[in-house]
Amino acid sequence: MTIITNMLFSFLAAASFGIMFNVPKSLLLKCGTVGMAGWMVYYFLSENQVDPLLSTVAAAFTIALIGHIYARVYKTPVIIFTIAGIIPLVPGGTAYRAMRSFVQNDYNTAINLAAKAFMISGSIALGLILSDVLYQLILRRKVPASK
Amino acid sequence: MIRMDALMEKQYDIMDVSLLAGKIMLESGAETYRVEDTMMRIALSYGIEESHSFVTPTGIMFSIETDEPTKTKLMRISSRTTDLYKVSAVNAISRRISAGELTISAAYKELKSIQKAPMFFSFLIQIAAAASTSGCFVILLKGSWDNVLPAMLAGALAYFLVLKVADIVPTMFFSEFIAALAGGATAYFLFSLGFGSDLDRIIVGTLIPLVPGLLITNAVRDLMAGHFISGLAKGAEALLTALAIGTGIAVVMTLI
Repeated sequence: MTIITNMLFSFLAAASFGIMFNVPKSLLLKCGTVGMAGWMVYYFLSENQVDPLLSTVAAAFTIALIGHIYARVYKTPVIIFTIAGIIPLVPGGTAYRAMRSFVQNDYNTAINLAAKAFMISGSIALGLILSDVLYQLILRRKVPASK
Repeated sequence: MIRMDALMEKQYDIMDVSLLAGKIMLESGAETYRVEDTMMRIALSYGIEESHSFVTPTGIMFSIETDEPTKTKLMRISSRTTDLYKVSAVNAISRRISAGELTISAAYKELKSIQKAPMFFSFLIQIAAAASTSGCFVILLKGSWDNVLPAMLAGALAYFLVLKVADIVPTMFFSEFIAALAGGATAYFLFSLGFGSDLDRIIVGTLIPLVPGLLITNAVRDLMAGHFISGLAKGAEALLTALAIGTGIAVVMTLI
């Protein structure tokens, strides 16, 4: 049940973000699936006690990979798919708790949480980069030109 | 001599088309490398073998090399929004130009109409989308169902303010600050009225539509592609936006 709720809501969240970013109507559902795939990777890994940083890297990697495939199939910039997909991974909750600790003069906790949020942002970036590198190494060589 | 003038005029027209395409893309939130690449591709399709583009978030410089002296143009970019429809539409135009389907003047006309295109979705639908993301995140962050409604209301208000305050007060980051402040206050108000059970998750859900996700992604992409100036500038913009949101919510928390 929780799996289905998670799938449904991550799909809805990514598609809604697509609307806010004015993604063309025909691509909204694809944005949703990218977001859903990324979140489910993150969800399964973090539920199985994998380190959140590693889960984030894997999720961002999946998002960018599917994004690249969609971009090639539908001949649109990859950015359309990755942005909406990335949003669920952004450490908003951690950043918020860090901010709250700062305000409450609890600097030790605050620095801890801020560092964690920073590391997770870095992991998202790393996942995206890994996927870009893989795409350039493999996919681009297989299907040359026609960009 | 007349032929020469016509040729020069054509080259300026090619520059205008390239620059307009670049300007629309950059203002709509495309990555730097895509803007540069598109501009050079358009110039190449119209027979300019060698062109150079230098794109930063605040301006585009573009020069083309021909037999005559190098021509350079500069275009200032002062406002940036997120409109992925325009990015993909300009990308499609650039493809058609590369395929030789569009003349210079036809391309210019099409680009102009893309530039003027309004947002695809009405204002109300965008606010509803913001409410929907806020609600979804409460569930994704393992919050319980009774927190969804207050998060949706506060999230919708926050996004409404981000869009509206930016029109009234052009100071950067101020709209995010006000939106976080009002969103946080609304969330707290609803919470104290008895809606929801977990204030933290409601506030996180409320703030999610304000997160500068596009800037973060693009900053990383740009840095990795070697566009250091753009990458650092976008990173700074993302950081300041995050700080504005954080400050807004911090004000709410000190008042509670």
